[in-house]
Amino acid sequence: MIFKEILIRYGELSTKGRNKKDFISRLRDNVRYSFHDIAPLKIRAERDRMFIEIENKEKFDVLMERLPNVFGIQSFSPVASCEKDLDVMKALAVEILEDYRERELVTFKVEVHRTDKSFPLNTHELQREMGAMLLPQFPNFKVQVKNPEVALRIEVREDAIYMMAQVIPGAGGMPIGSNGKSLLMLSGGIDSPVAGYLMMKRGVRIDAIHFFSPPYTSDNALQKVKDLANELTKFGARVRLFVIPFTELQVAVKDAVPDNMSMTSTRRMMMKVADRVREEIGALGIVTGESLGQVASQTLESLTAINNVTSTPILRPLISADKNDIIKIAEKIGTYETSIQPYEDCCTIFTPSSPKTKPKLEKVQHFESFTEFDELIERAVQNREVYSFPQKEAKQDQFADLL
Amino acid sequence: MIYLDNSATTKPHKEVLAAFIQVNEQYFANPSSIHKAGVESNALLTKAREQLAQLLNTDEKNVLFTAGGTESNNAALYGLAKSSEFRGKHIITTEVEHPSILEATKRLASEGYEIDYLKVDKQGIISLDELRAKLRKDTIIVSIMHVNNEMGAIQPIEQAAEMIHETCQAMFHVDAIQSFGKLPIRFNDEKGPDLLSISGHKIHALKGTGVLAFRKKPQVKPFIVGGGQEFGLRSGTVAVPQAVAMAKAARLAIEAMPQHVENYRKWANDLHDFFARFGEEIHVLSSRDGAPHIMSFSVRGLKGEVLINALQKRDIIVSTSSACSSKQTKTSHVVEALNMDSRFKNGVLRLSFGANNTNADIEAFKKQFIAVMKELKGEITA
Repeated sequence: MIFKEILIRYGELSTKGRNKKDFISRLRDNVRYSFHDIAPLKIRAERDRMFIEIENKEKFDVLMERLPNVFGIQSFSPVASCEKDLDVMKALAVEILEDYRERELVTFKVEVHRTDKSFPLNTHELQREMGAMLLPQFPNFKVQVKNPEVALRIEVREDAIYMMAQVIPGAGGMPIGSNGKSLLMLSGGIDSPVAGYLMMKRGVRIDAIHFFSPPYTSDNALQKVKDLANELTKFGARVRLFVIPFTELQVAVKDAVPDNMSMTSTRRMMMKVADRVREEIGALGIVTGESLGQVASQTLESLTAINNVTSTPILRPLISADKNDIIKIAEKIGTYETSIQPYEDCCTIFTPSSPKTKPKLEKVQHFESFTEFDELIERAVQNREVYSFPQKEAKQDQFADLL
Repeated sequence: MIYLDNSATTKPHKEVLAAFIQVNEQYFANPSSIHKAGVESNALLTKAREQLAQLLNTDEKNVLFTAGGTESNNAALYGLAKSSEFRGKHIITTEVEHPSILEATKRLASEGYEIDYLKVDKQGIISLDELRAKLRKDTIIVSIMHVNNEMGAIQPIEQAAEMIHETCQAMFHVDAIQSFGKLPIRFNDEKGPDLLSISGHKIHALKGTGVLAFRKKPQVKPFIVGGGQEFGLRSGTVAVPQAVAMAKAARLAIEAMPQHVENYRKWANDLHDFFARFGEEIHVLSSRDGAPHIMSFSVRGLKGEVLINALQKRDIIVSTSSACSSKQTKTSHVVEALNMDSRFKNGVLRLSFGANNTNADIEAFKKQFIAVMKELKGEITA
């Protein structure tokens, strides 16, 4: 393994002044969460960079695969190292640059940073020396000092020589947790995980809430939601999932409210439950995957009626997004395949044939007023189950001796 | 019984059988069912698929379970031919392929596809120059076996793969049925083969198990249609116990590969030396740098069947060059393709080693073989 560490460059947070320290430590924690399965990682966080030590090829491969997902990283580079010997340095440089040999024409430069002042060659000498050794080996390289495609960076540090050439773009955004916590309404469909992802990218820590209506909805549907919650952890954060037993409330709504308004009322109950849970866990907002005009409950009139139950900020990152664009993101972040598994969820089981797209708030309130919903809501909130992700899969062990 | 016919089939490993039985008892639910038992079967199926994908260095979505090597080969050829005919109808394969390829190409030829068969030299190996000359813009499939089942010749599939990918858009299918678990296969990069066939019963799994693996997204037209199982490429309730047996045997094969190959190579070298002692009497078809587990040879003037029977009486099981065609009386197409001396043609025997063989088996074979030769040919010098 020629690579010794991975250098991580911070993104937006380098502009955040006094909060920077907090951001960096959050990013470090988040990197740990994302790689819990290959823990422990040796991470060194400095003011402008973070370094992860590479212990072996397996860890390196996992890091290279998943780091591009972690928010708050501008870019990263695998860093190789060798002893302070010109021949060894040259050989290492050639090995690192091997990837670019097949390309047609590459603009190139050597960049030297020397912190070890005792090294016999000074910065310019080393730069010239390495350039002169390398260029004949790569006939397709052309030196360009300003904005070269490939810059071989050589650092002469006290303990060794460090080299890198590759700069891999990170996910950008902000480290999750740097912008507070919100509660995501996670249905199991395509939209809500995408909404969660987009908020996470802005640094919002996400806990999720799911409404579970057994026996109408199955364990499969619940498993799907757990899988989705687990998927979201790969962007660098823990995710807790609150599962609300919703059957009782849902049946009560069906009994109390006329068919064409039951959808609106059901959504209002969900919002009330979510808001109670939000309050208990100290989250500041509620995130939904609602997108304007997608279904009956997502018209402005409908949203008004639903939103009326709370003054908590309801964050709807997908409100103006087209379905196709949402699907594209879902595919990119790897939730699509899980979302399209065909299990009934609480939103589909009692769907009326023609729900009102312009429900009148007063009417909905009128029908709801005959039932003691608050009691049912309180019971649902209290009887919630909590799951924490990332979760080690027990299933793997179950099959281990068979395979 | 000393069993030296492992290229025809292998005895299932005890632990593979145990897993097969346990899956049948415990996870028999249809993996497409949405009830809890079905979900569990499906999770097990997914794990088996993941394990194979990992062993083959590809994505789990690229592993298609089949009912064996023949189906994998058929699915590759028909599937690719039908899905790529808009780009052309030219197919290249070799003279020494398994019938599951050759019969498929014959049928495709009758449907208007144009097939080129590469010749082989006396070692049974194709010429890359000939391949280069035959590759065309409208070539859609090149199918070359990795290790020949009759004499163990190893084809230069890595160089062939690079050449094909540099020259044209053709998909490169490799029949790795005799090589999986015996030779490393490069399947993970841009320059490797696009499709790989493997068979379970050649690696101590069960008959009726196989895999067709794809390097990238599967792009074959299905020829078994129905409920859309296996990504729609092979309908029919998925045989989870078979899939698990396949995955387990594949893992065991790959894990034990270094040790097994060392043994096989040692035995093959030993037998090369042994047969050399018979001088002109014996012609060895396999070369020393061929596949380690297949040893083909021929005794001048003696029919293969006669030798098989004589050895069998002494409890040694070997076969003529290919089990699939050994009941036919005519000389195998592979032996014909090698263009060898006619006095040796009818006597080709194949010894093939497996995980259960030991040094003692090889010693016993040598001893009994000498006895048989004395019996059939009178005094011999060895």
